Amino acid sequence: MASQPPPPAPIVNPDIKYTQIFINNEWVNSASGKTFPTINPTNGKKICDVQEGDKADVDKAVAAAKAAIQHGSPWRSMDASQRGRLLNKLADLIERDHVYLASLETLDNGKPYRESFNVDVNAAMVTLRYYAGWTDKVTGKTIPIDGTFFCYTRHEPVGVCGQIIPWNFPLNMMSWKIAPALACGNTVVVKPAEQTPLTALYLASLAKEAGFPPGVLNVVPGYGPTAGAAITNHQDVRKVAFTGSTEVLDMAVEFAHMALFYNMGQVCTAGSRTFVQEDIYDEFVKKATARAKAKTVGDPFDVTIESGPQVNEEQFDKILGMIESGKQEGAKLECGGARLGNEGYFIQPTVFSNVTDNMRIAKEEIFGPVQQIIKFKDMEEVIARANDTPYGLAAACFTENLDTALTFTSRVEAGTVWVNFYHFVSPAAPFGGFKMSGVGREMGEYGLSQYSEVKNVIIKTQTKL
Amino acid sequence: MAAPPPPITSPEVKFTQIFINNEWVNSASGKTFPTINPTNGKKICDVQEGDKDDVDKAVAAAKAAFKHGSPWRSMDATKRAALLNKLADLVERDRVYLASLETLDNGKPYTAAYAGDISGVIGALRYYAGWTDKMTGKTIPVDGPFFAYTRHEPVGVCGQIIPWNFPAALVAMKIAPALACCNTVVLKPAEQTPLTALYLASLVKEAGFPPGVVNVVPGYGPTAGAAITNHPDIRKVSFTGSTEVGKLIMEGAAKSNLKRVTLELGGKSPLVVFKDANLDEVVEWAHQAVFYNMGQVCTAGSRTFVHEDIYDEFVKKAVARAQKRVIGDPFELKNDSGPQVDNDQFEKILELIESGKKEGAKLECGGARLGDEGYFIQPTVFSNVTDNMRIAKEEIFGPVQQIIKFKDMEEVIARANDTEYGLAAACFTNDIDTALTFTSRVEAGTVWVNAYHKSSVSAPFGGFKMSGIGREMGEYGLAQYTEIKTVMMKTSQKL
Repeated sequence: MASQPPPPAPIVNPDIKYTQIFINNEWVNSASGKTFPTINPTNGKKICDVQEGDKADVDKAVAAAKAAIQHGSPWRSMDASQRGRLLNKLADLIERDHVYLASLETLDNGKPYRESFNVDVNAAMVTLRYYAGWTDKVTGKTIPIDGTFFCYTRHEPVGVCGQIIPWNFPLNMMSWKIAPALACGNTVVVKPAEQTPLTALYLASLAKEAGFPPGVLNVVPGYGPTAGAAITNHQDVRKVAFTGSTEVLDMAVEFAHMALFYNMGQVCTAGSRTFVQEDIYDEFVKKATARAKAKTVGDPFDVTIESGPQVNEEQFDKILGMIESGKQEGAKLECGGARLGNEGYFIQPTVFSNVTDNMRIAKEEIFGPVQQIIKFKDMEEVIARANDTPYGLAAACFTENLDTALTFTSRVEAGTVWVNFYHFVSPAAPFGGFKMSGVGREMGEYGLSQYSEVKNVIIKTQTKL
Repeated sequence: MAAPPPPITSPEVKFTQIFINNEWVNSASGKTFPTINPTNGKKICDVQEGDKDDVDKAVAAAKAAFKHGSPWRSMDATKRAALLNKLADLVERDRVYLASLETLDNGKPYTAAYAGDISGVIGALRYYAGWTDKMTGKTIPVDGPFFAYTRHEPVGVCGQIIPWNFPAALVAMKIAPALACCNTVVLKPAEQTPLTALYLASLVKEAGFPPGVVNVVPGYGPTAGAAITNHPDIRKVSFTGSTEVGKLIMEGAAKSNLKRVTLELGGKSPLVVFKDANLDEVVEWAHQAVFYNMGQVCTAGSRTFVHEDIYDEFVKKAVARAQKRVIGDPFELKNDSGPQVDNDQFEKILELIESGKKEGAKLECGGARLGDEGYFIQPTVFSNVTDNMRIAKEEIFGPVQQIIKFKDMEEVIARANDTEYGLAAACFTNDIDTALTFTSRVEAGTVWVNAYHKSSVSAPFGGFKMSGIGREMGEYGLAQYTEIKTVMMKTSQKL
């Protein structure tokens, strides 16, 4: 989040090239003939119609993915290093189309173009390149077991992987899913979020251009209860990976601000409970409020603004509802607290102080630009309160003291813990949640195990080898 | 394999100086040495001859480039990867030129240089580019209130001494892991074949590596090579070449500053044909095992053990195959072999052939020079070779095949292992248990079953016994260029 040079100018009306279902490297209409609209959240208007996939389309996609992973198929027979070349080639094509993809993402999701360009599309490239490097390094072991045997393990692909992508980082999350899956030799059926299907479909066209054989990557846009359920329930899908919500003193102020307000608060790891030690509490609240008031919100294609709208009306309504509960339950509204403007889904940056642990805004995931500032006294107390939640995705502490940092990081129940930072993730480091924030780790070497089936082979021999 | 694009038969030699800090400079002494075309014994050009003073300058540059806070040391691992991949892209761009230059300087067939050597350069660079951001340490639950972890740090300035048999490929196989681990390098190519190393240095600069990260000092072993071996600021030396010189390097490394040593040395590798093997296929594999690259391969299958039941048949077919091998101008696509690399090798091989004749082996074909210009030798096959003959014990490094009779597994394993070498081995059989037994018992760093000479940048390579120390390539190869640091932080309570 260091300051970046300004990105090249966006394409504010990007041409929508792909709106169909992508199976076997071909574009096809839905079996039912139905389509659904994708909406521009800056004005609530339809961008275009997209083919709506359902069970019949998922069945076709899975059949294609299954054929593509049969022993003897081009994909199954391909050298691992060649899989790596294809992933790198795909990253190169994303780089070539960087401006277009970032513009398309901003159009469909509403996030500032500056972020799409510098963060989202960039992250897709680095993730693909990272996993391109792993393809020929996925090794098993030979194991000296008792008796007259030759024993070893193979790390094999799982098979057809169903991947359901969220709307908050559409292109980025799609690359997080397909990169390790393809690196390990699997084939995939991807369902992008219905709110944001466009960059996923464009990425599919690049996968074809890069040279992935037909059936390796398939994309079925549609809704969760139909297309998503069809993937989850399919007999021939061997693995399902899902990202989404379950049935939610000058440097610290800035990091705490970014921790909450980045991506309009629509981040699974948003730092949405800001615990501040009582000695510096009032000062912190004053500065945090001033910072929130200074936040610029507007047209996401304007490279000078920091935030765009929320992604859709449903989120917009939910966030405003949570803000009302904060007012009603007695939190002090320091700034914001209402809609911004009268078109699209823009919400004013909102700060609550004097928040207590039992309030809804302190317990439920808001997924919007609403910061909760909470007072605490000492380490033991704040660790207990930090851990008093069924969630466990991320945490952070801000301190100069070595022992404080080491104690906090070891005791807090979270999959990623930052010290004097926030929101930094790397494709090289594992990411995932404790408790009800998730199951398993993605990214890094750890991410490979999600997409590998370990086979143990034991061969009888006549003598001890 | 598809035919390669036509070679440049008179490639322009663009770089003949010493490469330090991304600049081309003359030798401190003003001396130069000639590099020779082995197809005709004539000089190609003169190259600046580096010695101790030049090595000192190169090491100083590499040391500065390695300091904490330097551009190289501060670079993200992913950026190092981008530079290695960019270098591979440039090699791909100039593939025809590099292969032609390699053929001009070394004499190997252009078809092999294009499809094998330069392909190997690209593969090694891209493979290690993928490792840069994946070299992780561990956090370790030690007893007591401590936070303990390991860091995988670079070693420092690495000296790398390259042989003449696969000049460009070995430059890449040495610099790729070294640079992936964030070391800096001072490299001495073989005096017989300096040209592709110097051209690769120009591509290193073009790719964007900071000055001082890669330095190339052409010169001779006893001068420039010794200066590298003995230098107090070089923390590691990696050498590929003869066992004899390998011993000198290890000695010099120990006596100077205990610099870390990796050695890839010679071999006298056994290739064992069991009686159930597919005879025609095996004859071809055994032929390539010893005649590939004019026999100038450390892993050459130079002791061909054949089961007595199929021995006579094997010899007949092996001889017919050797007689079909086409030797000539390496730029002509139809030729299987070119000349040996220089006069020293040429004479050594002919002398060993004479010893075979004198010690009683049966000369089946070849056994003498081919033509009267350059260093060409006829493909030579000896049968009825016994273990005590010089041709069965010493590394020939030429186009000479020794076919030896054996009776059973226990005996052939004992005879295969009865050598101070241990680089490679192979067995040819269709029986699972035979294959598993042989591969587990033979003392060699790489063992093939029903194949030969297959190497992969992903798999470790190196020798048992006096064939070398350490493993290069694969994940294992990273350890050669890594210094492990353990950190333990005291904490106020158990974490």
